[in-house]
Amino acid sequence: MVTQAKDSTPAAPARPRSIAIPVPDGVSLPIFMDNHSTTAVDLRVVQAMLPFFTQHYGNAASRNHSFGWTAEAAVDHARAQIAALLGGDAKEIVWTSGATEANNLAIKGAASFLRKQGNHIITVETEHKSVLDTCKRLQREGFEVTYLTPAKDGLVTPEQVTAAMTDKTILVTIMLANNEIGVIQPLQAIGAAIKAKNPKTLFHSDAVQGFGKIAFNVEQARLDLVSVTAHKLYGPKGIGALWVRRKPRVRIDPIIDGGGHERGMRSGTLPVPMIVGFGKAAELARLEMDEEQYRLATLRDRLYKGLTTRLTETYVNGSLEHRLPGNLNISFAFVEGESLLMALKDVAVSSGSACTSASLEPSYVLRALGVGDELAHTSIRFGIGRFNTEAEIDYVIELVVTSVERLRTLSPLWEMHLEGIDINSIQWTPH
Amino acid sequence: MAYSEKVIEHYENPRNVGTFKTEQDVDASEVGTGLVGAPACGDVMRLEIRVKDGLIADAKFKTFGCGSAIASSSLATEMIKGMTLDQAAQIKNTQIVEELNLPPVKIHCSVLAEDAIKAAIEDYKKKRSVAASSGAPRDSAPKHLAPSGDVASRSSLDASKCPRPST
Repeated sequence: MVTQAKDSTPAAPARPRSIAIPVPDGVSLPIFMDNHSTTAVDLRVVQAMLPFFTQHYGNAASRNHSFGWTAEAAVDHARAQIAALLGGDAKEIVWTSGATEANNLAIKGAASFLRKQGNHIITVETEHKSVLDTCKRLQREGFEVTYLTPAKDGLVTPEQVTAAMTDKTILVTIMLANNEIGVIQPLQAIGAAIKAKNPKTLFHSDAVQGFGKIAFNVEQARLDLVSVTAHKLYGPKGIGALWVRRKPRVRIDPIIDGGGHERGMRSGTLPVPMIVGFGKAAELARLEMDEEQYRLATLRDRLYKGLTTRLTETYVNGSLEHRLPGNLNISFAFVEGESLLMALKDVAVSSGSACTSASLEPSYVLRALGVGDELAHTSIRFGIGRFNTEAEIDYVIELVVTSVERLRTLSPLWEMHLEGIDINSIQWTPH
Repeated sequence: MAYSEKVIEHYENPRNVGTFKTEQDVDASEVGTGLVGAPACGDVMRLEIRVKDGLIADAKFKTFGCGSAIASSSLATEMIKGMTLDQAAQIKNTQIVEELNLPPVKIHCSVLAEDAIKAAIEDYKKKRSVAASSGAPRDSAPKHLAPSGDVASRSSLDASKCPRPST
C-alpha cells in the first residue's frame, strides 16, 4: 500500500538559499539515522568482547589446552544466546563472516546438495542482492528460479508461493523484513503453506533486518535455514551465522572447504571476540526487545506525523502496518532524493534515488512494488535505532521540512504540480 | 560521494532561480524555454532565456535533480548572460564539468545543462519564426512553459530509457 499523507497546512514559503536550522541542546551532529545499513556497537557488547582479544585469545578448535577450552566455551555460550533469540538449538548455529556469506551458503549449499531432487528455487523480487545475485548465478548453472512480485504493500502471500511450487522446487527463500522499506513478510503462514504442499522443500529466510527487532521463531515459521548478522543488531561487523535445522536434519554442501569446522559446513578459525560480541548483542536484543520495539515505533510515528502533517505530496512506500518499528521509507514528490540527502548532510539517511549508482535506475525494491520511477527517485529511507533520541527526531523533522520546501521552490515539477499540470501528460525528452 | 566546493556553493546559493512567466515586465516573445530530462530519470531542467537586441539579457532556471544537476543549471544561467545566441549555443558541457569539478558519474548533469541551453535557444528561434511568418501577436507563447519544439515521445514513468552515466 502506498499511503498518501494527509493534506493539511500549506507549505510555508521557502527560499532557494539553504537555511541553517538551530541545533537543539542535547543533539550533536552528525546524527546517524541509517540503522538498516549498520548500527553502532553497544558498549555492553564491546565490554563483553574485550577480554577475548588479549586474555582469552585461544583458538576455539584447540582441544588440548585451557586457552582452547575457554574460547570454545565462550563460542558455545554465544551459540546458545543466538539460538535463544531464534527459538532454535545452540548446536544448529553455523558461524559465517556475515549474512552475505550465510545467504550464499544456504542457497548454494542447499542447491548443490539437493540437485538430484530438483532444480527449482523460489524467491521474491525485493530480496537483498546477496540472495538475488546468488540465485542468478545458480540460474547460469542450470537452476530455475521464480521471482515472486510482491503486492503494492511489499508483501507476498502464502498462495503466491505455493502456486509457484512444482515437484522440482527444492528451496523457497524469503526475507523476514526488507532492508529498504522495512516490510515484514508473513513467514509463519508462508512456512505452513510450503510444508503442507511439500515437506521436503526447504524454507530459508534472510532474517537480518528483523532478527532481534521483532518477535520471530524458526519453529513457528517452519524454517530450515536462517541467515543472521551481528552488525545490524548493535554487534560487530564481520560476524554472522546460518541457523541450520537438525531435526529433521537439513543437509547442505559447504562453499568453503578446510579444517571441517562448524560440522563441515564452514571451515575456518572462529573469530572468538566477534562471536562473543554477537552472542551478547543477541542476548541484549532478546531481553530488551519489547521495550525497544515500543520506543522505536513511537519515534518513527513521531517522525512520520511530523513530516506528513507539514508537507503535502509525501508517500510512504510499503505497508505502514507490517513494518519494522524503526523504519520509515517515504517519497517527497518533486524533490530528487540525492539533492535532499545533500541538504541533510549532518544526518545519515539513504535514498532510493540512483544518481550515484552505475545506472540511473532507482531502487529495484520500490520498482517491484510498482512505485513509479519518478517517485522512487524522491524516496528517503530513515532507519531509527537504539541510540536515536526524540530531540534528534524533532531536529530531523525541522531540517527535512525546511529542505524539502526549499528544493521544491527550485523544482520545475513542483511548479507544474501547483499549476495543476500532470507531469505524466508531458512528453519528456531523453537526454 | 564528496561534492566539490563549487557544486556545494551553487547548490546552497543557486543563481537565477525562477521563471519569467510571472514577471509582469517580460514580454513572452522575448523568452525561450528549454525543458529537458525526465522525471523517471531523476532529473529535469527548465532553463529560460530572455533575449533583447540579439543578446541573452537574463536567464532563469528551475531544476529537479541531484546537487550536481542543480549546480550545473545554476552555472549555465550565469555563463550565458550577456552572450549572443550563437555564443551560448557554442557552450560545451565540458566547460561545466571543468568549472564544477564534476566526477565522471555526474557528467550527464552537464550534458543536460548544455541541452537545456540549446533547447531554450531553439524554442526562442522557433517562436520568432512563427511570429514572423504568421504575423501573430507577440504574446503567442505557449501557455505553459513546456517547450514548443518537437520532442521525442516516451513515457515519463519508465527509467529504462534513461541514459547511462559515462564512467
